[in-house]
Amino acid sequence: MVPLNYYIILSAILFTIGALGVLIRRNPLIIFMSIELMLNAANLALIAFSSAFNELDGQIFVFFVIAVAAAEVAVGLALIVQIFKSRHNINVDEINQLKG
Amino acid sequence: MTIDLFLFLVLALVSIGTALGMLLSRNAVYSALFLVLNLGAVAIFFLLLGAPFIAMAQITVYAGAIMVLFLFVIMLLGTEEIPGMQNWKKFIIPAVLAGALILESIYLLTSASRPLGLIANPSESVNTAQAMRDLGELLFDQYLLPFEVTSILLLVAMVGAIVLSKPEKAGK
Repeated sequence: MVPLNYYIILSAILFTIGALGVLIRRNPLIIFMSIELMLNAANLALIAFSSAFNELDGQIFVFFVIAVAAAEVAVGLALIVQIFKSRHNINVDEINQLKG
Repeated sequence: MTIDLFLFLVLALVSIGTALGMLLSRNAVYSALFLVLNLGAVAIFFLLLGAPFIAMAQITVYAGAIMVLFLFVIMLLGTEEIPGMQNWKKFIIPAVLAGALILESIYLLTSASRPLGLIANPSESVNTAQAMRDLGELLFDQYLLPFEVTSILLLVAMVGAIVLSKPEKAGK
């Protein structure tokens, strides 16, 4: 049986890589993918705790996180497509005002 | 080293490798494909931890629906180009990672000593059907209100996506 600590460390590493992606990449699609990676790292930690304490609640939380991530991606990608339509450029450094 | 620890280490290697691949690859299409592998690796972790339902939801919703949406938008924007001819050596690392993932998932899904609902410790193996029933009861009993709120959230997201992608009126 793998110790719980290993799962938590792995989850922390994945989360850090995701956070790094948000900070260093300038393509909003990659930033979105990094956010998905961070959500997944959190899911992994939740399932690991759920398995370690033999409770099913963690799995329910992960279920909700997946649903929220799906909703977030649908709206976010629609926004990115709209921004690209009006500016033909999706570099996040150049999108610095709310006016269309 | 026990078999569990070995499986964990292989999967950890695959998930960290694909996460770094996603972070570092120049092309958004490759990043998306690396992320699919990473989500697959996390799904196999869920199997290893005795959560088969969540593992399948992860594959269908994340690696299936969400990543197809990502790839679709990348293609739609057309900001990324894939060079036509490519050196096969570039694909060795992703291929090895994907191969490890597939082998491990086949092992976990077919191994007789390791039924799907197994909670990491073999001596406390639980019946998969019973675990699934418990999950459903918990979801529709104790967590019924969050479940309904989630359905409203999905509806709002759907309406939002439709409104956002509606073409603007010309005279506006």
